Order: sequence, then C-alpha cells, then structure tokens
Amino acid sequence: MEKKSTEQLQEVASQVRRDILRMVHQVQSGHPGASLGCTEFFTALYFDQMKHDNSFKMEGKNEDLFFLSNGHISPVWYSVLSRSGYFPVSELSTFRKLNSRLQGHPATEEHLPGVRIASGSLGQGLSVAIGAAQAKKIDGDDQLVYVLMGDGEQEEGQIWEAAMYAAHWKVDNLIATIDLNRQQIDGPTEKIMNLIDLRAKYESFGWTVIDTENGNDMKSVVEGLEKAKSLTGQGKPVLNLLHTEMGFGVDFMVGTHKWHGIAPNDEQLADALAQLPETLGDY
Amino acid sequence: MEKTLDLKFNYTDKKDTRSGFGDGLLEIGRKNPNVVGLCADLIGSLKMGAFQKEFPERFFQTGIAEANMMGIAAGLSISGKIPFTGTFANFSTGRVYDQIRQSIAYSEKNVKICASHAGLTLGEDGATHQILEDLGMMKMLPNMTVINPCDYNQTKAATMAIAEHEGPVYLRFGRPVWPIFTPADQKFEIGKAWKMIDGKDVTIFATGHLVWEAVIAEAMLREEGISAEVINIHTIKPLDEEAILESVAKTGCAVSAEEHQYNGGLGDSIAQTLIRNNPAPLEYVGVDDSFGESGTPTQLLEKYGLNADNIVKAAKKALARK
Repeated sequence: MEKKSTEQLQEVASQVRRDILRMVHQVQSGHPGASLGCTEFFTALYFDQMKHDNSFKMEGKNEDLFFLSNGHISPVWYSVLSRSGYFPVSELSTFRKLNSRLQGHPATEEHLPGVRIASGSLGQGLSVAIGAAQAKKIDGDDQLVYVLMGDGEQEEGQIWEAAMYAAHWKVDNLIATIDLNRQQIDGPTEKIMNLIDLRAKYESFGWTVIDTENGNDMKSVVEGLEKAKSLTGQGKPVLNLLHTEMGFGVDFMVGTHKWHGIAPNDEQLADALAQLPETLGDY
Repeated sequence: MEKTLDLKFNYTDKKDTRSGFGDGLLEIGRKNPNVVGLCADLIGSLKMGAFQKEFPERFFQTGIAEANMMGIAAGLSISGKIPFTGTFANFSTGRVYDQIRQSIAYSEKNVKICASHAGLTLGEDGATHQILEDLGMMKMLPNMTVINPCDYNQTKAATMAIAEHEGPVYLRFGRPVWPIFTPADQKFEIGKAWKMIDGKDVTIFATGHLVWEAVIAEAMLREEGISAEVINIHTIKPLDEEAILESVAKTGCAVSAEEHQYNGGLGDSIAQTLIRNNPAPLEYVGVDDSFGESGTPTQLLEKYGLNADNIVKAAKKALARK
C-alpha cells in the first residue's frame, strides 16, 4: 500500500465516520460513540501502520495482525476493513441484519475476511493477541500483533492475568492500545469503577507504556503508533494509552457516554453527515 | 469380588488415565511440531512434565490463570498451532465457560481442552474439585467435540487422535489408578462407539472410568443368566446414534453409566436419541443432582451409586420395564 499523507488519512477517516453513522442508523442499533472516537486509530493502523494482506489468510503469517477486544465498536472496524479491500464496501449495508457476515459483534463463523476471532464478551482479546504474538515468535515471524481494548474493559480480571503473563513471557512483539475515553455504559469510568492510573498499573506489571495525548488527531495517532513500534523488541510488551473522545467528529455526540449504544434518528443523521465530507463515496 | 468373576476383559496393570494423556501428548508432540502445551500450574498433576522438558519452546506455563490460558490457546491456534491446555476439569470448564464459548467454540479454534481430575474419583479433595457437570456444559457448545476415555491406553490413543482432528475438543480424564483393559495398539476413532461385549437382553452404555464397572457388571449379570451388551461410549459428542439404536433395537432396554450428574450427561444424550427414534426403557447410573464429598474413589463410587453393583441393579430395573 502506498504511504498516505496525514491529509489523505483524514479524508479516509471522514468517510469511515459517515459509514459508522449510516450503518448504525439504518438498523437503529449498534455502538457509534467509541467507534467515532477510535476512527483515527483504525484508519492510521490499516491505511498507514500495519503490514497486512487484504486477500486474507486466517494464519496471517509474515503480516501484522490486529485483534479487537472491545467488539462492540465493530462499525469502525467493518468500515475500515471494507475500505481497505477486505470485502465489498456495499456489504456494510448488511450490518446487524439477518444472514449477514457483519454480526453485531465480530464473528468468525460467518468467515468475514479480516476477523480472526469473535469478540464482544469483554476482557478476552488481550490474551488472544498474546497467544498470536507467541505463535509468531515460535515461527520466527518478525511482524507485530496489535490489540485494541476499551478502558471500561480494564475492569475485567482476565486482562490482568494477561498483563502479568505478557511481561513474564517477554511478549515484546505486541502493541496493546487502550481507548482511554473515560466513559462506559453506566457513566464515566471515574464514577463507575475508578481506573485511577492505568500507566502506573501497567508499568508495575512490567510493560512499557506510552501516551498518545490526542487520539483524535491523525498526526498524533500516527506518531504514537510509530513510537510504540520503536519500543517493541526490547523484552517488554508495549501499551499505548490512546486518549480519545467518544463521538468525536459529530458536535452533538462528542464527549458523552450517551451515544455509547444508541443510534441517531433521521434528523440527527442528516445533521451529523453535514459535518463530515463524503470523500470516498458512500456505500 | 472381581477376581472370582469370569470377566470378558482382564487387566494386568493399573495406571491413571492422566498418565495416558501425558504420554500421548509427548508422543504426538514428537510427531507433530504444531502441537503446543499450556498448563495453569498443574504440570505434575496433568503429567505434562515430559512434554515440557522435551519441547520447552512449545510449552507455556500460564500460572494460576485459566481464563487467560484459554485465550492464549485460542491466539496460538490462529497461526496453525495445535494447543493442548491442561488443568483440572472444573477449572477447564465452569471457571472459563465464557472464554471457551466465545474465543474457542464460536470462533472455531483448534484448541484441545484437556481436563484431569474429573468426577468423584478425584477423591479426598472433595466437592469443590469434583466436577460432575462438565460433560453437560461442554456438549451444549456448538462445534465442540466431547471425549471421555476409559483407561490409560484409550486416553493415550484419544490424546493422539484429537491432535489430528480439526476443531475444538474437550478431553476428560481422571486422577485414580485404574485397570488397563483396552489394547495398547488401539485405533481411536472419534465419534465411533466401541461394542466391547455382545449381549441380547440389555445394553450398558458406559463412559470413562465406569466402562470398567460395566465390564464387571456384565460378568455379574451373566452369572444370573442375563446377557448384557457393553458399549464403550468414549465420544459423548458427536454421539454414535447408529450404534446406540442398533443395540437397543436388539436388546430392548438400556443402562447409561457415567461419573457425572444425571442432568446433561451421557444418559441424557442417549435418552434424547431413544425418545426420538425408539422409545425404550433406560436407567441412569450417575449422580442424582448432588455435589460430591471427600473420601476414597471406591468409597465415593459406592456411596453415590456409581459402581458395578449399581449397574447390575439398574440393568434389572430396565429389564423389568421392557
């Protein structure tokens, strides 16, 4: 894939946001909030950072792998996968509908290219990514494994089992990212279950931790991922704390947990789309 | 008692089924470089030490963290590795049911969940560790194959066979030393019931340790002039319905015998098969909706009604209902 400029990546991101909103709107279900908040991250990953093959082989040998642990933000992933050629963009119109490969939460039973494991029940993706990274080490495969988790998801105990394990086994070909939007379904993480200091927690578990202070600025996101990449191969797993805002890109959705799992109505959709230029053509 | 009986199968040696797993894993590990092992701080109990020693680069100690172990195994399988996870049966199932359900069964991952210390014969550790619900939980999962071999040799053969089978498998075995009465060179066919003893009056469908009790029960019944057929159901799922129906068409009644709750176990699977095809009397030998307790394996099998004497009683009850 040709290297894209920040501007080109931003154009892709605008289209991805349109896809997310239109997908969620047409079935009146799905999770737009964190999907919009992670749009820069997914776009940077698939259009700039990862070495990956859209002809898709499950084994993923000699390519970078990505796992989505917080599976409910499937709209952003489906959009980016289709926009990078894994399956036809027109298939986005089947999201969450009967007989679709685009399940509400990502699944492999439907054999959707780009998806290697089901997710949705939280807390499991970090373990899976570590296993995939260890398989690469056994195979002498130098590519990296990426995983995205939610910040609310850090409340799951399995995450900490996995965090301990990754440091113990020196899984240093892994870049985990936490979408630090400080919101979860019932409200702000600070009120629901205070995460206090994730950096200190992971550092004390033996990880190298970086912050991407502006997770909704394309340049910062790319720089954050570059930095994370530069820290791999040094005996420690790498964590990227990605500071984002839920609902970013749509003025009435930004910065609140209200849009975690609800769909815009016709009027709201029109309002939102008016804020996001159609750059690659709607599906 | 068994010494005075004319048994159709005899044994010269006793060994634990978990050793069959450990030895099978080592042997298949030598043949298949994709086989990897994982264990949650029970390497000695699961007999995985020899594999770990010979293949340290293919073995992962996860510590006491079974949920993570299931996820790591799923991740390893993506590249084509064949992960064998090892821990006790209760930590292999109920503790990690959601991890198995989403990351392994629904995701169709080629993970072999190997579970020791299943059932009452775990013995003195008591009810916290004596899982009697695992077959039910695992057989309910779509895509999952469920296997419960009967002795050392069959467990070893099963361990090697599941490595060659594509898809998630739950392999259940146990702790106590137990008679070795099946051949060392047996071919293990997943999903294929093994008719061990021909009979005409009643069929005994047994799985796991209770296959040996069924062999004894057959001899006891024969002394009383009752001809029992003994079928070894090592694969609970997929169930060999054809073999079950063929046998019951001949005998007209049956007993199921398993180290598991009535609810959800082998008996229920057989009952479903019979009721849909050939409703015939079926008696359950198993645990009747209770937890276990501390004791020796023999004491526990007796107290909870899971030995040859109880199979004989159940067979007579089934016969009387014909």
